[in-house]
Formats: sequence, C-alpha cells, structure tokens
Amino acid sequence: MAALNIMPIVRKEFRQIKRDKRILGVLLFIPAMMLFMFGYALNFDVKHTRLAVYDEEQSRLSREFIQLFFNSEYFDYVRTLQSKSEINELLDGEHVRAVLVVPSTFSKDLQKGRSTSIQVIVDGANSNAAATVLGYINAIIQQYSLKVMSQSFMRLGKQQITLPIDFEPRIWYNPELKSAKFLVPGLIAFILMVTAVVSTALSVVRERELGTMEQIMVSPIKPIEVILGKTIPYTAISLVATVMILVLGYILFDISIKGSVLLLSMVTFFFLVGGLGMGLLISTLVETQQLAFMIAVFVSMLPTFILSGFVFPIRNMPLIIQGITYLLPARYFLVALRAIILKGAGLSAFWDQAIVLCLYTVVMIGISSLRMRKILM
Amino acid sequence: MQDKKMLRLSIVAPILQLIILGYAASFDVSNIPMVVCDFDHSPSSRELIRSLTSTEYFTAVRYCDKTSEIDAQLDDGHASVAVVIPDGFEKDLGSGKTTPVQFIADGTETSSASIGLNYAYLIISRYSQRVVLESLIKRGSVMMPATISAEFRVWYNPELKSRNFMVPGVLGLLLMVMTMILTSLAIVKEKELGTLEQIVVTPIRPYQLIIGKLTPFFLIGIVDVVLVVFFATFIFSLPVKGSVLLLFFLCLIFLMTTLGLGLFISTISRTQQQAMMTAIFFFMLPMIFFSGFVFPIENMPKIIQYVSYLIPLRYFFVVVRGLFLKGVGLDILWPQAAAMLVFGIAILSMSVLRFQKRLG
Repeated sequence: MAALNIMPIVRKEFRQIKRDKRILGVLLFIPAMMLFMFGYALNFDVKHTRLAVYDEEQSRLSREFIQLFFNSEYFDYVRTLQSKSEINELLDGEHVRAVLVVPSTFSKDLQKGRSTSIQVIVDGANSNAAATVLGYINAIIQQYSLKVMSQSFMRLGKQQITLPIDFEPRIWYNPELKSAKFLVPGLIAFILMVTAVVSTALSVVRERELGTMEQIMVSPIKPIEVILGKTIPYTAISLVATVMILVLGYILFDISIKGSVLLLSMVTFFFLVGGLGMGLLISTLVETQQLAFMIAVFVSMLPTFILSGFVFPIRNMPLIIQGITYLLPARYFLVALRAIILKGAGLSAFWDQAIVLCLYTVVMIGISSLRMRKILM
Repeated sequence: MQDKKMLRLSIVAPILQLIILGYAASFDVSNIPMVVCDFDHSPSSRELIRSLTSTEYFTAVRYCDKTSEIDAQLDDGHASVAVVIPDGFEKDLGSGKTTPVQFIADGTETSSASIGLNYAYLIISRYSQRVVLESLIKRGSVMMPATISAEFRVWYNPELKSRNFMVPGVLGLLLMVMTMILTSLAIVKEKELGTLEQIVVTPIRPYQLIIGKLTPFFLIGIVDVVLVVFFATFIFSLPVKGSVLLLFFLCLIFLMTTLGLGLFISTISRTQQQAMMTAIFFFMLPMIFFSGFVFPIENMPKIIQYVSYLIPLRYFFVVVRGLFLKGVGLDILWPQAAAMLVFGIAILSMSVLRFQKRLG
C-alpha cells in the first residue's frame, strides 16, 4: 500500500471541499454555532415562566405572598387579573404558562390558624415545563407554609419551632447545573456522527453518480487506498471540529476535561472510524446522492439526536425504544464521553461501553471494506 | 417522481420518524435511580426513605453502607441521586434537634438533577412538617398551626404526557423536512443534470413551471398532514380538539412558507449537496432550535427572541398545539395565521422573482 497512491485522492477530496466552501462551513462553523446556541440560548432550565395572578383578597399578606414568586428569575410577572374569566384567554393564547389564584379568605384563614389553599392553573401542553413549574410553585408554597406554621406557633406563645430536617443538597460534576455541560459531549458525538457518516457516504456516491468511479477502477489504485484517501480528509476535519468544540467549551463554559485526554482520544478515534465505516457501507448500497443523503441522515443524524441520550434521557423512554438505542454507537460513546469529560472517571466506569464501541467499529469496517472491494474490483 | 425508492422513502420515513419521536422524546422525569445510605437504621429513617421511594419519582437501586459506594454508582451512571441519613437521625428528631439529610445529585443530566432535587426537597420538607405536627399532637397541643397547600389544575394535558406535546410538534418538523428539503433538492437536481435548461426553451411560462415543480411536494405535504392526524388520533389517542378543517387550512398556509423556502434554497445552490447542506444546516436546524419546540423561547437572550419572530415554524407550533390540545379557534389563533401568511407571501414572491431571473 503506497502512500503515494493515497495522496492524489486526498488532494482531490480537499480540492472538492475547497471548491464548495459550504461543506467546510458546515463542518466547522455549524459546530461552533451549535455550541454558542446551546451554551447561551438553548437549555431546558425552566426559568422566566410567565405567571399571572388573580388575587381575590388583595391584602397586605396576600401581596407579600405573591411577591415571593417573583423574587427570583424563575417566574416573570405578566399581569394581575381583574376577573376569573380572563384566565381562559390567557392560557388559550399561550400568553402565560400558569395562573395563581389567591382566595379571598387568605389572611383571615391564616390569622385564625385555619389551613388555606392556593389554586394553581397550569398549561399542561408542554408537559416537561408544566411538571417543573408545578414543582417550583409547590416548593415555594411549601417554604411559605413552614414559615407561616412557625410564625403562628410563636404567636401561640410557645417557643420557636426548629425545623427537624436540614435539607443539604449537593450537586456533583456540574454544581451550577449548566445545561451546556450536559449538552457539549452530546454535541461532539452528534457532529462526529453526522460528519463521518454523511460526508463519507456522499463523497463516494458522488463519484458513482457522476461516473468517475470507472476511472478509479481502471487505475492501479487498490481499494483500500481509495477508502483511506476518501476518508482521511473528513476524519481530519471532524477531529479539528471536535478540538474546536472542546476549546470553545473550555473558554466559554468552563468545561475542562476532568479525565484522561488519552482515553478521550482513543474512544473518539474508535467512534469516528466506526462512523466512517457506516458511511462507506451506505455508499455501497445506493447510487444517487439524494438517497445516500436521506439514508445517512435517517440512520445517523436523527437517531443520534433523538435516541442517543444527547437531548432526551434514555432512561425515560419506553423499553422497546430503549432496546433500539442499544443499536446506536452514539449511545455508548456518549456515556464514555460524559464519564471522561464531566466526571473524570477512568476506564473502569465505562469499560462495558468501550467494548461494544470497539466491536461495532470492527464490524462496520469489516463489512464496508468487503463491499467496497467488491464494487471496486 | 420517477425514483420509486424516493417515493417509498418519503412516505415511510415520516411515519417511522413520527412513531419513534412520539415515544422516545420525553422529558418526563420519573423513576430516578437512587442510592440509599442509611446510617441510622431506625423506623424514622426507614419511613423517610419510604416517603421518597414510594413516589414515582425515585427508585432505590442500591442500599449502601459506605459513602464511597456513592462515588462508584454515580460515576458509572447506575444511579443519578443519593440520599444520606446520618447516624442519630431518630434520636435528634425525638429531642427536637435539627438533623442534616444530605441529598446528592448527578449534575450532568441537568434537567433530571434540578427536577429530582426539587422533588426531594418537597418530599423531605413535607416529612418535616409532618414530624412537627405529630410532635405537637403528642405534646397535647390543642391549637394546630395553619398550613398552606396548593390545589393544582392542569389544563389541556391533565396526565402531563409529553407525547401530547411532541406529536403535534413532529407534524411541523415533518412538513418542513418533506416539503422544504425535497423541493429544493428536486429543483437543483434538474439544474445539475441540465434538464432545467431544456424546459426553459419550451414555450412553458415561468410561473407554470414553478407551479408544476411545487405541486407534487404540496401534495406530499397534504398527505403528511392526513397521516399525522390519523396516527395521532388512532394510535396516540390524541385527537384534534379543535376544528380539523381549520388545521388543514393553517397547514396550507404553513406549506406556503416551506415551499417558498425550498424554492429559495434551490435558487442559491448549484449542486444537490449544496442544497442539502444549506437546507438542513442553515435553515432547518436553526428553525427547529429557535422555534420553541424543544427549547423554551423564554430562556433565550432577548435578541434571539426577536429573531424567533421571523421563524414561521414558531407560529405553526402555537397553531398545532392550540388545535390538538386546547381546541381553540381562529379567534385566538389569528395572529399566528396572519404572521405565517405574510411570511409565506413574502418568501414565495421573492423566490419566484429570483427563480425567474435565473431562468431569463
């Protein structure tokens, strides 16, 4: 296998990429843009929830209670309603996500030591946000309830009640709960998967569609040299993109690689090679770029986005779907990535994932090179 | 369309995507695997643990004797949270002293972590409250202190099934993929293969050419809408609460915007690969991200929130959610309909002009 034979193909591929700057833009600019987006704009934190209030009593106490909700960034004050009928319109038109109704007997009940309840109406269409909002509101009300309880107890002349349990929360690996830290490893997996599979598939199929494949077949180049020549440029570019994401992640979001960089490189390399293998396999199965692209997207990009644990946690998926996720290399890669980057864990934490990843890569490369050889012979 | 495989793909693919996304895409947080480190082993500590695990939020996966075991469990992801009850818990409760209960959460899955912490805080402080009330009763206190509780009403989706949120959203995605991307690809393919020039020299008028090119994808869009409504109603038990006719009408307006965008992309791309990359990475992905489907718009910086007003998908989601889940009518949805109409007319006119210029 002569390196001399590979170089012309590599050079041609690079020339192709340079001629169509858009591919380069996609491979380098898009990851950076996604990182920015995920870091600053896109997250799952449920903050600035639009909240309207209907205060039936409008006493000092009720206003004090209502103010509790707007003291933090979790709720944004939208409006105080004049009548109950406004609730329908506000929720139907998605102007607010929740409405608080403070009863007209609020302070009277509390002063007499009677328990009272606040009605909370929540837009359940976005169930995740709704569940979280319910939880926040519940927590705020619970806190106030404990305060009221100890105050009324004091007023009864007894000593101050001490709360029996001191709740001590500890958040590991990501103390400030930055969504970016959760999303960055997934982003790397996503970018690598898309680049490896889609570009490899397209680059080979393009030759078949344009008819230049025959020229390659009659030349003395060996199949393995063609494969290497075609995949090296995209490998290089996606590795550059990965490093760029990691560097940007460090600069912007303080995401440093807590674990071993060597381990990270090895795992990434295996994943990338497996993805390239899959791209090659796809290119041997179809003849038009259109089809190659669609299949590549449906087999790599969409499953990686939806099913790999990148955005949606796998644990919450129905068991059948969880079974499907076992077929995705990105799933295993993501566990390893998160373990190394965020938790600083060693191979012992994800050795089972690593084995599956290696197996997958070997199988992919094996099948695709067999088929490539058949085509190029 | 000549390519039989493409035809089959454009019908099978949406169905598959819809099914998988509908089932898989869930942020519902339940059964969070928990490590329990109980150093007290008393009835009170067991009761606290039970109050956590008897809910659907937490599932105890391991009972440990050493806090170092928590490290291993969280590191490899077998558990996502851990609760540590110190030795002397029951004794402290009995003597009125404050005792600390540590709750550890794996912060890498940020949404699960914050929701889990919130639930834990809620459950544990309710337990606290119960302990105080019980001790008051035991001391023979006649006056019970007042407490405040919340009475929740969840509208539109009382069981909080995230599927109900995802399925309407997927409709928007599918329409966009099937109409915008396929349109641009088909037109560019003709440009690439040179067959477009052949058509130009025939006596066909430009607008007839455009209508001819867009109609198949328009029909595909309609078929997709029908399919989604069918699947939603009969397989996901998610019928359209509002008027189905209104849904179709508003989908038509949305299709105007996607077809217009597809046409536009075909005028700025030379090769199919270019069209694909542009459509997906420069149009579809940003539109998905900033339309409020997966990530709430309220969290974005104000500048980006303003940009999201330019995205037709944003209005389409409000429409679809409104019609599927809330049963609202045009009286509530007219702003969205108007916005999409304006955008649709604008992008179609612009793309048609560009297209004619290129042909001429």
